[in-house]
Amino acid sequence: MPTEVKMPQLGESTYEGTIGKWLKQPGQRVERFEPLVEIITDKVNVEMPAPFGGTLTQILVEEGATVATGTPIALMETTDAAPAGEAAPQPPAARAGGPGPAVAVAQPRSAVTSSDGERARLSPVVRRLAEEHGLSLREVAALQGSGAGGRVTKDDVLKYIEQRGAPQRPAMPQVAPAGPSRAPAPARPSVSPPPAPAAAAGDQMLKLTPLRRSIAQRMAQSKRDIPHAYGVIEADVTALVRWREAHKDAWRQREGVNITLTAFFVRAAVEALRAFPIVNSAWADEGILLRKAINIGLGIAVEDGLIVAVVKQADQKSLVGVARDIDALGRRAREGTLTLEDVQGATFTITNPGVFGSIWSMPIVVPGQAAILATDAAVKRPVVRDDAIAIRDIMHLGLSFDHRVFDGAIAVQFLNRIKARLEGFAGGDATLTDF
Amino acid sequence: MAERRYIDAINMAHHEEFARDERVVVLGEDVGRKGGVFGATAGLLEKYGEDRVIDSPLAESSIAGVAIGMAANGLLPIAEFQFADFIHPAFNQIVSEAARMRYRSNNAFGCPVVFRTPYGGSHGTALYHSQSIEAFYAHVPGLKVVAPYTPYDAKGLLKAAVRDPDPVMFLEHKRMYRIVKGEVPDDDYTVPIGPAAVRREGKDLSVFAYGWMLHESLQAATALAGEGIDVEVVDVRTLAPLDTDTLLRSVAKTNRALIVYEDNRFCGYGAEIAALIAEEAFYDLDAPVVRLGGPDVPGVPFSKPLEEWFFIDQHKIADAIRKLAAL
Repeated sequence: MPTEVKMPQLGESTYEGTIGKWLKQPGQRVERFEPLVEIITDKVNVEMPAPFGGTLTQILVEEGATVATGTPIALMETTDAAPAGEAAPQPPAARAGGPGPAVAVAQPRSAVTSSDGERARLSPVVRRLAEEHGLSLREVAALQGSGAGGRVTKDDVLKYIEQRGAPQRPAMPQVAPAGPSRAPAPARPSVSPPPAPAAAAGDQMLKLTPLRRSIAQRMAQSKRDIPHAYGVIEADVTALVRWREAHKDAWRQREGVNITLTAFFVRAAVEALRAFPIVNSAWADEGILLRKAINIGLGIAVEDGLIVAVVKQADQKSLVGVARDIDALGRRAREGTLTLEDVQGATFTITNPGVFGSIWSMPIVVPGQAAILATDAAVKRPVVRDDAIAIRDIMHLGLSFDHRVFDGAIAVQFLNRIKARLEGFAGGDATLTDF
Repeated sequence: MAERRYIDAINMAHHEEFARDERVVVLGEDVGRKGGVFGATAGLLEKYGEDRVIDSPLAESSIAGVAIGMAANGLLPIAEFQFADFIHPAFNQIVSEAARMRYRSNNAFGCPVVFRTPYGGSHGTALYHSQSIEAFYAHVPGLKVVAPYTPYDAKGLLKAAVRDPDPVMFLEHKRMYRIVKGEVPDDDYTVPIGPAAVRREGKDLSVFAYGWMLHESLQAATALAGEGIDVEVVDVRTLAPLDTDTLLRSVAKTNRALIVYEDNRFCGYGAEIAALIAEEAFYDLDAPVVRLGGPDVPGVPFSKPLEEWFFIDQHKIADAIRKLAAL
């Protein structure tokens, strides 16, 4: 019986994936779990294993095409028992508790994946029109096409735009350009109430990368859904900074990776999360989902945005183990070789704007989590110690949190726990392996 | 205004330019006493004598070479090649000498020669009287190449070519001489070398053609109007330099492009138009750019059924339009 293979959800924050390469061709026999197709998301490239054994009968989504999670991408004639509902790797089961994707993944009509695959092919002018009118390609591809094999033509799009409601949008300039040199696209009308900014002469429209779009969608979702509250305290990390300066070279020689302050922050945060499990949680309609695992997401700046890579089971790792993870994740993020495993499953996030010199940050909580810790730059400041003025390395620890889940008292106690841990650092020689 | 045949317009242009400027001369096989095999130069010998109307030996390389020498010495020669099929011996003179003269002499010499020749296939013209040669010459920097369709353009462009300071390849599809008719004023007018002309406005699809193929394309467009397909037909008319603005404007309007040319499809002139559209008008396209060209066989066959198979006519064009419009 022919069964659909669907675009899997690769990570919590991905709602679409791009077909990189089909590793099997129609007619070929595929064993269950055998790599079937290479899928590219904004975060990772993965080889998707066949969800069941059988014969690949048809490829519905061509290489290079991007489709929403859940879109059928191929048909397989399966000999296995009917596969369980979902034909794709699932995010961890408890994920359901976290806020679901805000973008409802409308199932494209079956026409999009009709037998000849032609429907999903949109001509350049159709794509341009879609962009100018703020239509998603999925929306356009789902139209009833009047072209050969049901292909959506320019006229179909124009008719659709006309029908879909002149009232909700400002009058659009006529589409046919006067000359070969296209005038700058008119300000794109937005479907949602806030109007898009009007473009003035000389303005330039930057195309969104998938990563940028994903960040924008996630951050907006968080700010919309989560009532943010904030707490900030100071920590004196003089001993830590001194120890690191004195021993980092020897430490690297011995352990093979850099020892960063971030590794200490992760260890301190893990300890505080154990003490305040409510911080390691997520809001759900049914209640507050306390996470058992402590997986620390770390924001890593990459070329066109930010990726959160995850130190898994951080509560079971020593300082050395955490440092190794951070080193490896950072390297893979820069190389673009992060795996799916590397980016999903965070229960709490630490962002480190201090590396760029920020001294006070108020980050946005990652959807599906209850709080995010910002570690700002440690800078030398005159402070009062025992009624004398001393020069110390001082940093701010900031916590942004979901006020539905807990309150300011918890937030500050949590921060103080981290502060105490960092300030209580006793130092020692370079052989230190835990903290 | 008088309705005139294409060949009459060509003949008129000769007479007018001969009268206007005594530096204008014509040379070629049978251009004098016979007045040209098609009659393009009829009446010139009688009026202007053997000094200006020269029956040349049957040697195309020398027709081109002598014309180039005349131009370098201040004359304005029109070199007629009886059939485009026979111009190949002159290829070297035209490409290596005429086209490069201004460049090579650092602008000291121009080469104001008009190379006139009938091209393309007609009934029973077969291998040696049917060739299309425009792709060879449009490829060469320094040469202008025109292929007028209307009698009005034939006269105006030929007069412009005579007055042009650089060499012009003037291509006349031989089938048009006595079939294509149109208004040709007696006035002294020219049609500028360069601009293309939209011969028929339409919104569904653009057809780009020149010469006889434009004639067939217009017939097809008229027939298809009855089927509800609104076809725009653009007369390319100057193949080099190409009027890219007019072509791209048409594609921006219709979003579909069909290019029709009689020459072999592979590396034919229409390929250049297709490439232009793909590069410059990609985001205006609603369907692939399509070329309808002659089959890639060595020549037009003599056998009638094979000739029909070879030639592109309005029915083949209409089929291609229907397919492209339905995509």
